[in-house]
Amino acid sequence: MTKSIVRAAVLFVLIAATAYLAFNYAPVEKTMGIIQKIFYVHVASAFSAFAAFGVCFYANLRYVFTRQRSADWLGVSAAEVGLTFISVNLITGPIWAHPVWGVWWTWDARLTFTFVLWLLYLSYLLLRSMIEEPDKRALFSALFGIFAFLDVPLVYFSIRWWRTQHPQPVILGGAGSGLDPRMWQSLLLMWGALTGLLILLLNARYKLEGLRASVEDLRREAEVR
Amino acid sequence: MKNLDSVLAAYLAGWAIFFVYYISVSQRMGALREEVERLKAMLAKGSSK
Repeated sequence: MTKSIVRAAVLFVLIAATAYLAFNYAPVEKTMGIIQKIFYVHVASAFSAFAAFGVCFYANLRYVFTRQRSADWLGVSAAEVGLTFISVNLITGPIWAHPVWGVWWTWDARLTFTFVLWLLYLSYLLLRSMIEEPDKRALFSALFGIFAFLDVPLVYFSIRWWRTQHPQPVILGGAGSGLDPRMWQSLLLMWGALTGLLILLLNARYKLEGLRASVEDLRREAEVR
Repeated sequence: MKNLDSVLAAYLAGWAIFFVYYISVSQRMGALREEVERLKAMLAKGSSK
């Protein structure tokens, strides 16, 4: 317990350092001012959430084809960690939006698909809690997880396919888009730190799922005797 | 500086969510470890009888 808290504290100091760089190294955006600094944690948490949901999708496919328990453990771990990252994205977004748009939230395509993504992975976890039989739980949640991942490209492309209140893409957005090199570096640094956090959380959550499976096995053994 | 409080609120909220989640995973893991030990001891006791 103490060791894990120390590890978490070290990583949080690292993230705090990258945030400090984002504040002091990256320039202040001309039209929005200091509020644009939320961009670094907002976008990096979305990238990390997509990466976690990608891992979940891969694990779900692997479970459907191989029925390996480890694939099920990876799937649920990635879904829960991804949900944490997308929650950060959904909370930081309105804090940024309010002074800029004058409203906390609007039902445009990007925001709606992101909220649906959050609901889908929350449903994935709820579905698992409702099925007791381990093989059935793993199969049903893997199939649901494959379906849930279909929303990830919709979130990503929504600002390219529809006119939205949410800003148009500044990354890979084509002509007229782009970032100051120092903003790019600050974003990449933040994303790197959050990827470290993603790996740490995924690793811990995967071990937790392994322990849960051991408890289930031991309980079944105790019932048989 | 205008909106600095909002920027700080956003960063603090983000870190708080990550930290609470990590602590929750650690606590759940501790509880499961205890449960594994308890069940193993129970099974060992049962088989020695």
